[in-house]
Parts: sequence; C-alpha cells; structure tokens
Amino acid sequence: MDESLKEIPVQHRHHRMLPVWFFIGVLLLIYGVIILLTSLRNFHQPATVVLANFHAGIWAGIVLILLGGLYTLKFWPRRRH
Amino acid sequence: MSFVLPALWLSEGGRLISLTVPDLSIIVLYFAMVLGIGLYLRKFSSTSDDFFMAGRDMTAWVAGLSFLSANLGALELMGWAAAAYQYGILATHFYWIAAFPSMVFLGLVMMPFYYISKTHSVPGYLQLRYGESTRALSGISFAFMTVLMSGINMYAMALVMKVVLGWNIHFSIWVSSLTVAAYVTLGGLYSAIFNEVLQFFLIWLGALTIPILGLIEAGGWNGLVARIHERVQGDYTHLWGPLGSFSSNPMGVHWTGILFGLGGVIAFGYWTTDFLVVQRAMAAQDLRSAKMAPIIASYFKMIVPLIVILPGLLALAVLPFNLVPESAVGPGLHSYNEVLPLMLARYCGPGLLGLGVTALIAGFMSGMAGNVSAFATVWTYDIYRPYMNRRGTDKHYVRVGRWSTIVGVIASIGTAYLVTHFKSIMDYMQALVSFFIAPLFGTVILGMLWKRGTAKGGFWGLLTGTLASIGMYTAVVIHPAWLRYVALSTDAKPMAENLYRALWSWLICVFVTVGVSMFTTPKPAEELQGLVRAYTIIPSDGDLPLHKRPIFWGVGVAVLFAVLQIIFW
Repeated sequence: MDESLKEIPVQHRHHRMLPVWFFIGVLLLIYGVIILLTSLRNFHQPATVVLANFHAGIWAGIVLILLGGLYTLKFWPRRRH
Repeated sequence: MSFVLPALWLSEGGRLISLTVPDLSIIVLYFAMVLGIGLYLRKFSSTSDDFFMAGRDMTAWVAGLSFLSANLGALELMGWAAAAYQYGILATHFYWIAAFPSMVFLGLVMMPFYYISKTHSVPGYLQLRYGESTRALSGISFAFMTVLMSGINMYAMALVMKVVLGWNIHFSIWVSSLTVAAYVTLGGLYSAIFNEVLQFFLIWLGALTIPILGLIEAGGWNGLVARIHERVQGDYTHLWGPLGSFSSNPMGVHWTGILFGLGGVIAFGYWTTDFLVVQRAMAAQDLRSAKMAPIIASYFKMIVPLIVILPGLLALAVLPFNLVPESAVGPGLHSYNEVLPLMLARYCGPGLLGLGVTALIAGFMSGMAGNVSAFATVWTYDIYRPYMNRRGTDKHYVRVGRWSTIVGVIASIGTAYLVTHFKSIMDYMQALVSFFIAPLFGTVILGMLWKRGTAKGGFWGLLTGTLASIGMYTAVVIHPAWLRYVALSTDAKPMAENLYRALWSWLICVFVTVGVSMFTTPKPAEELQGLVRAYTIIPSDGDLPLHKRPIFWGVGVAVLFAVLQIIFW
C-alpha cells in the first residue's frame, strides 16, 4: 500500500467548532420571524393564492420559529460547555 | 437521482413569480449565511485532511444529511417533479429501488473498505487495489464529468431563475458560482458539508408547503387518485402494475429494466462509487458513523418523493391547464419542467414564496458545491500529486486544493456558457454520466470482494465496459432501429435504453475483469490487506446495543421499502 497516502494525520481538534445545527437554528429563527410578520401584516388581505384562507404563512412562521428557536438555544455556544 | 434525470431546461419566456421585499430578504440572508459559514470555517481548514476530508470528524447525522443533500440538487427536484407529471408515480422508482438497496449496501459492505484503507477518494482506492493506470482512468474521467455536470447545473439554474423570477442569466451564473467558489475555497469540505446540511433543511421546509396544501385541495390521496383518473388516461398511480410490458406504461420501460438496470446497476454504481456522495461518508468520525451515514440518508431519500413526486402528481390533479413538452411551449403555455415553480406560486404567498425559491437556489448550490469539492479532492490527490508533484508539503496541497476549487468553478462557468450556445450537450450529458458509472461499479465491487482480481483485469475491465457503453449509445444514435438490441424492445424509450445500456456495460466490465484476471498475476496478499474482503478484518458491531448497529437500521429501511411497494404496487 502506498504509505504516502496515509501520512496525513487525522485530527480531532474541532470540538470548539460551532455545530452546524446552531447556524441552521439561527437562520430558521430569522426566517420564521420574517414569514410570520409578513403573513400577519397581510392577514386581512391575503395574497391571491389557492387556500389563502388557511394562512399557511402564519403556520409556517410559527413552525420555523419553534424549530429555529429550539436549535438556537440547544446549540448556543455558551450553553455547550 | 441525477444520473438519469430527464432533460431539464426551460424556455426563455416571461417570469412566473414576482418576489416581494420579504422574499428577497430571505434570499439575501441565505447568501449571507452560506458565505458567513465559509468565513467562519476557514480557520479550521488548515491541513489537507481538514480541507479535503473535513478532518474525518463528522458525526453520522451530519455526514448522512450531507450525503443526501449533495445529491438533492434543484435539477433533481425540478426534473423529477416534471417526470412525475409526465410518468406518474413510476418516477418514484428512482427514489426507492434506486436508492435504499444500494445505499444500505454501501454502508454495510463497501464503506468498511473505503474507510479502513484510509484512502481520500474512490480513484485513490482503485490505485491501492489495482494500480496507477486504473486510478488515472477513473480520476481523469471523474474530474472531466464533475466539471461538466457542475457547469450544466449552473446553466440550468440560471435558466430557471430567468424563467421563474426574470433574473438575468449572467447575473445568476456569476452570483451563484462566486458564492460557491468563495465558501468552498475558504472552508473546504467542512464548508461544503455544513452548507449542505443547512441546504437540506431549507429544501425540505421550502418545498413542504406544496404537498400539504396540495393534498388538502385535492381531498387527500384518494381524492388525488380520483382526479388524476378523471383527467388523464393510463395508470399514473401504481408502481409495478403497469410494468408488465414496454408499451403499457408512459415511461416505456419493462420491470426487468427497473429491477436490474436501475436498481441493480445504475443505482449501485452511483451511490457506491460516485465520489461526489461517497466523499461525505468518508468524512465521518469513525467506521460506525461512516457505515451509518448512507443508511441515515436512505431513510430521507425514501421520503423525498413527498416533496418531488407528489407535487408532480398534484399538478396533474389540480392545475386548471395542461403542461406541455418543452418543444411545444408557446405563448400562454407552460412546460413540464415548470411544474414545481407553478405549484409554489399556486400555494405560497409573500415570505413563503421566498423560502420556496431559496429552497431551489439551495438545491442548485449544494449540488454545485458537491461537484466542486469532489473535483478539488480528486484533482489534488489523484492527478496533481501522483503525476505532477509528489513531494509537496501538506500546506502546498491545501493551496493546490483551494486553487483547484477556483479552477473547477471557472471551468464550470465555461461549461455553462458552452451549453448556452450548444444546448444539445445536455442531451448527451446523462448518457455521458452513465458511460462511467456502471462499469466503475463492476471494477470497485470486484476489487473489494474478489481477491483474485488483478491490476490488468481491473484496468481492462473498466476501459472495456466504458467503451462498450459509448459504443452502444453511438450505435443507437446512428441506427435508431438497433434500440431493439440494446433495450430488448422497439417500444423502449430513451429512459429504458439508459437502464439496459448500464446493465450490459456492467456485465461486460465484470466478464472482462474476471477473464483478464484469470490469465494475469494478482497482487500478493500483504498488499491487499484492508482492501479486499478476504484479507481484511472488519471490526464487528456485535458489542453495540441493537439500536446502534448499522445492520438494525438497514433492516428497518428495508421493511419501510417493502411496505411502500405493497401500498403502491
């Protein structure tokens, strides 16, 4: 076996790296706020889409805020140590 | 699955969707986040193991979601939604039989060899197992294909953005490619994987509105089926029932083609040997995580039809107009390929629409980043290092990796512009991909499971299988009547031809590899340790609790698969 392919050491020094879940949480949280506020503002004059009476934006905004908030809090840097 | 996507490009007509300020804010925030992640991860990508293999430090979940996301490009989303509109639920075969068996096989059987050999790439494994010539053939063809694929994805994305949003093609190409170049160059595979996991969430959350609201509008699954039967003739809602003959289904394929060609060869070739996806599993932190990564991905792959196939079927049921083939598009008409944006526009108001469009952009960028990061690794480890500079330092190879990322993106942009002038390239692209994938699977699997396979056998098997595939394709182009010999029927359509051609080229590769190996000298046993089943001690999972064993989850997805086949038979 070509030993040169095995030379590079495997490093495990990344335990201080912010987990990807934190980034996901932050982005989903912000998206949730934007979508919820936009949908609430348009509540009485919803966009001309099919099933507009279901106010999908409000439900989606709430889900995103809950999901994003959960991930953000769970993986918040100071809470990890 | 991107290896046999239906051709996807859109007419350059008027826009389908108008975005508001909240929509645009969501898109801009997405770009800011992916670039921010790249900048943040730069400091963690100083060694070549960090840059090319993400430090081999990914958990099973991160590696698994990234594994799937690298495949889940927007071409995939939009192409298969269009295919579902054309072919009905038959398109789901490309997510079920073409995914779970091969992904579980990769995890349980093949991943130990990739992982234990500590290779950096699939061509790297071939070098260890067979020798330089097989690596060179595989590495060069992979690098060539990857750049072409990336460029074609880029062009398709730009065209989608033009049709859907009215964006300028050059703007879309340059903004998306520079963003991908920036974050992959900065953070290497770390950055690509982090962004792929992020993109996975965005794709799901952005697209999920369509099946939920669509099923409400259609009156549930039963209502959907009833509406489809009212509007179109033929069986669009059964998986296996219509596959008794080539002419009894809209895809023009026989069940043997789906079972052996798609599920048996193309799927195994793609999921187990395409370095674009395998690289993600190889970046896992330990062998168990590496084995679990494709198995975790297989569960999500099984439910991807919810956001891809179901929207296509819903469009068949609820859209008040019929979509047409690309060639028939005219004023006021929409093509099959516009089905996903049309359904987004149907259900999503301001804000949600931005999330849906971001899902499409995320899909394109995850596919592009996957191609570019895999290209950089194969170029650096399998072309540059062995053939141009064997004595470079670790830092030197990281620098080469960053530069090859940029070169890969530039080459992709060049390909994108080439395609704008020669759109027929896209017709050949799917065929080109299938030329290399099917025989490569024959070479790799024989290498792992058959100790007698020799260097000459591996090389000539791979070369012959590839040439045979090209030969069959060319023969049918020149003499269309010869389709009856390749696909076993004059009723077969291009999709069926792809499946059977893959099957024959794999068989040819296997026969030639075995034949040549029987007359040449194999490597000594000590050189094959960690590479071939007979000479490798694979750590047992027997000491793990049942719920942590990869085999347990592999059986679980098999049961899920069986249940779905029965339900939709």
